[in-house]
This record gives sequence, C-alpha cells and structure tokens, in this order.
Amino acid sequence: MPKGVLVDLSRCVGCRGCQVACKQWNQLPAEQTTWQGSYENPPDISPNTYTKVRFVEGNHREQFFWRFYKTQCKHCLEPACVSACLVKAMEKKPGGPVTYDEHRCMGCRYCMIACPFNTPKFEYDKAIPRIRKCQFCFDRQEVGRQPACVQTCPSGTLKFGERNELLDVAKIRIYKEPNKYVHHIYGEHEAGGTSWLYISDVPFEKLGFPTNIGTAPYPGLTKDFLYAVPIIFIAVPSLLLGISYIKNRRNEDK
Amino acid sequence: MNETTSVTAQGEVKGLVGFVKFIISELKPRGKVFTPFNIISGAIILLGAVLIIYRFAKGLGAATNLSQDYPWGLWIGFDVVTGVAFAGGAYTLTCMVYIFGAKKYSPIIRATVLSGFLAYAFYAGALLLDLGRPWNIINPIIGNAFGLSSVLFLVAWHFMLYMITELVEFSPAIAEWLGWKKLRKFLMGLTLGAVIFGITLSILHQSGLGALYLLAKGKIHPLWYSEFIPLLFFVSSIFAGVSLVIFEGTISHRVFKDLINPNLHASYEKIVAGLGKIALGAMFVYLFLKILVFIHGKNWEYISSPMGYWYLVEILGFVLLPLIIYIAGVKGGSIGLIRAASIITIVGIIINRLNVSIIAYKWDAPIRYFPSWIEIEITLAVICAEIWAFRWVIKRMPVLNERPDYKWMH
Repeated sequence: MPKGVLVDLSRCVGCRGCQVACKQWNQLPAEQTTWQGSYENPPDISPNTYTKVRFVEGNHREQFFWRFYKTQCKHCLEPACVSACLVKAMEKKPGGPVTYDEHRCMGCRYCMIACPFNTPKFEYDKAIPRIRKCQFCFDRQEVGRQPACVQTCPSGTLKFGERNELLDVAKIRIYKEPNKYVHHIYGEHEAGGTSWLYISDVPFEKLGFPTNIGTAPYPGLTKDFLYAVPIIFIAVPSLLLGISYIKNRRNEDK
Repeated sequence: MNETTSVTAQGEVKGLVGFVKFIISELKPRGKVFTPFNIISGAIILLGAVLIIYRFAKGLGAATNLSQDYPWGLWIGFDVVTGVAFAGGAYTLTCMVYIFGAKKYSPIIRATVLSGFLAYAFYAGALLLDLGRPWNIINPIIGNAFGLSSVLFLVAWHFMLYMITELVEFSPAIAEWLGWKKLRKFLMGLTLGAVIFGITLSILHQSGLGALYLLAKGKIHPLWYSEFIPLLFFVSSIFAGVSLVIFEGTISHRVFKDLINPNLHASYEKIVAGLGKIALGAMFVYLFLKILVFIHGKNWEYISSPMGYWYLVEILGFVLLPLIIYIAGVKGGSIGLIRAASIITIVGIIINRLNVSIIAYKWDAPIRYFPSWIEIEITLAVICAEIWAFRWVIKRMPVLNERPDYKWMH
C-alpha cells in the first residue's frame, strides 16, 4: 500500500527541525545565505536543501496570521517527472517514493520542465552535475523506518502512514473542527493525487500553494500524442507508398 | 604523390590507400582562404571551441544563465527547437519530388537534403553541450532503461533515425564524388524507402518537439500553451523549412554562381514561385489553426496585456503579413516579394519557437532568463561551423550541378 505523510499546518511551530534532520540523513552541506527579510532560509529548496519550511504572514478572517509550511517533493501518485524521463532515472517506487538514479540520468532537465511543483533541482555549479530532490527517505522506508523529517518533528505536524488512513485522519480532524480547518485536503486530488497531504486553518492560496495545478494526472497530457505515434507510423508510410505508386505509373503512361 | 594517383581515369577512388589520399587532398581548402567571411567566422568558431572546453570544465552554471527556474535556454530553444523547424524543407521537398512526382524541384533536392542533414548534425548536436551528463546519452539507445512514456525518448530516437535517413537520401552524391558506380546504383534504390520513412519520422518529431511542452502546463502563457502545440509545430515546420530553402537559395546563387548547373539557372524562378506556393498554403492552414486555437481557448481576456500585444505582433506581423506578401509574390510572379516574405517568415519562426520555449515560459517569474554571451557565442560558432561544412560539401560533391555520367536532375 502506498505510504504518505500528513502535514497539519495548524500544528507547525516553525522550528525547522525537519530541515536539519533532512540535511543530516542525506549528508547535505550547509548553504551560505543572506538575510531575506524573514526567518526562513535558504530562499528555496535547492540541490543541497531537499526540504525547507516557508514562513508566511498575512490576514485571514480579519486576523493576522503567521504560518509555517514544509515544502519538498510531493511524491505524486502519477509523477510528471517520471513520465518525462527518457532514461528512467526518475522512478516511482511501489510504496510511494519517487526516486532518482544519477547513473542513468543524462542531465537533460526535462523533469524540471515537467514538474508542476518545480521540485527537481540541478547542480549547475558542478562539472558532473546531478538532479537533486527529496527521495522520501526510501532507504529508511525499506528497513521499516519513517522519513527523517517525520521522525524528528516535535509538534505532531508530520504524520507518516498509509496514505488511505492518513486521508481518513485528515477528514476526521476537519470534521471535528469544521470552523478551524479549511475544508480541503491539498494533495488528495492535486495533479492526480500526491503522497504528501496538507490540511490547514488558513486557505492554501493565501499561503502560496500552487492552485493552478488541477486534478488530472500530468502524464495524461502527453498520452494522446504518444498513442497517435503507432497509428501515424502505420498510416503515413502506406499512404505515401500508395500515392507514389499511382503518380509514378501515371508518369510512365505519359 | 598527388591526387591523380589515387583516382583512376574513370574518376573512381580505388583502394584504402587511394581513399585516404583522396580524402586528404579533398580536405585542403579551395579558393581564397583569407576572405573577410572566413576570418570572422573562423575567429567565432575558434573562440566557440575554447568556450566549449570551458563549459565542460566548469559546468553549465559558469557558462550559461540557466537557473532552477529556467532549465532550458538558448541552446534548446534556438539551436534545437528552432534549428530543427528550419530543417523541415528536406522532408517537404523530398515528399514533393519522390512522392508527388513534382520533378521541377529535383535540381534543388540535394542541396535541401544536405542542409537538412547538417542542421540535425550541428543543431541537434549542440544538444550535447546542454546535457549535464552527456555520456549517458547512449542509455536511451542501448536500451538499459527505456523511458517509453517520455516524448523526449521518441524525439531522441527520431532525431537519430532521421539523420541516418537523410544521409541515405544524400548518399548517391557521396558515391558520385568517390566515383563508386555500383554503390551509387544500390544507394539510389534505397531513396524511395528512405524518403517515406523520413517523412513519417519528420511528422512525428517535428510535432514531438512541440509535444515536449505539453507537460509545461501552467508554466507557458495560455496564449502559447494549448493541446494543439504538436500540430502547430508540425504545420509551421513546413513553411519554416520551405522559407529557409528560398532564403538559402538566394545566397547560394550568389556565392556558388560558378558551380550551378545551367538547367537550374533556367528553371530557378519557376522553382522559387512553386516554393512560395507551398509556403503560403501551409501558412494559410497554420493561421487558420492559430485562430481556431485562440477562439477554442477563450483567450480574449489575455489580449490587453504586454504578453497579449506581443502575441498580436507574432500573429499579425510575422504570420499574416508574410502570408499576404507570399500571395502577392506568387500572383504577381515577383521573386523579390517571395524572397522578402521568406525572410519575414524565418524571423517569425524564430520568434514563435523562442516564445514557446523561453519568452512565454514562466512569463511571470520575478527574474527572467536572458542568454549569457557565452551561450550566444557558442550558438554563433555552431552556425558558422555548419556553413563551413555546407560549403565544403557543395564545392566538392555534385549537389548544385550534375556530372555528365550521373544524371539525377530530371
């Protein structure tokens, strides 16, 4: 059964323990950063930062809010990056993780064009570069452990488990406190559904979640074209052969 | 020892030693070496070669302005996506000559196929510069990991197969150059098959280049994104390719005046008029499709914005205008007008392909991509190198003329 993580934004205290735990487990170096006008750092996920907590200030129901939300690869159920990859460097594991294999990758960066969440990052500063992204700690999951970020979360914001069960948990929380939560589970249907699910007490568009993604799985966008390929491969040559046969016979008659 | 010893009286290159000697003698430059064009283009190529080494030593970040937001820049948007559209003349004309039997285009068929082949070899070759891990390009070919759900997989295979196909279509000229009669006869027999295979591959990868961008839904401005990108790319590659053939012919006729067959001189105006007709037909269909896509997408709301005005410039200034000039040129029999239309069309295709791949891509991003001088310089070097290769072949092989014992310009 596919695994998932439920992120309850109303519980996050913005400690960024998940960010540190991720760096430790994946042995990612620290980044030189500058003051951005916010407590969050670095400015975005990057080749050396798979996950990052965003800090958002705003107004909701005439109340000031300060919210924190963790960003990383959403591990789509039908990932755009996997369908885009021509060498199967990106792979969807049965349990949920979308993984990357640098030994297959040719560095074309089509996965970056395809990903609706702009997740895969490329090592532009290296002579032998790789794509870098969260791999859902698939190595930890293989030995029955939860992802490093979930393990370290002190506030109960992150919950790891079966995706189906997490959807039930999310629905129960919204049902129990309908005035507190937004009635939407982000990731239940977005881009055909993602392994990472978010619930929040502030509307997702106010937090800067991408809201133009739709619910159709991304691989479907190129499916029609790819289905047409074998048809064209049979129809066009036979048509051309027929025309050239008729034309050349006519020329001979003249 | 000179080349006369490696070539028999019948003009046939004999034996391995003879072949090597012949190639060495042919590699020597012909004509004046230090012309202004050679000096400038030579310097560009030399600098480009140095910068290519720099790019591989230091990585893409040092040489280009590519970023996490803009993974594909000038090398993909111009060299590959635009360059391949301009190579569309080869499949259009081989279809006219070998399938529809329009023999009047035969005299220019070899030059067109040659420039198509070189376009793929150089511009698609420039793709290697853009790959982060280019040595893994063999993976989709040798099949240790077939990404069958990827449009890019299809495009990669079709590029490769189509280059082989075009080489087969051109190969009789190489056989004539070497004086290998038997081989030429065999290769001539392959032409029709290669042409049919080549047209099929072209339909699929010209549209496939557009289909690559189907996954960038939400990233490309709605005026340029639609599910019809593949069809639009295919139809526009016809008049892009034909317009380039017209433009290229204009230059070839000046530069290679002495090499051109008298028959070709005589029928040249008729050929250009015919090419103009093909281009305007395809452009008419394209404009109709563009309007259909616009209405179907309910895109009126985007028109009164900077991107909307830019869209109107592309459609009115670089599709409708050259279409009208083409019509005027074909109706009035004016070669000058047809040439003018071809140049505007070429600019229009560059604008359209850059719009889809770069300008309308993340049009609302806070930091926009603009190519670095190194990206531009290497692109210029690739173009210059292609022109050198084209000229080298034209001056040595029967492309614009035919040799008395090998007739092919029926």
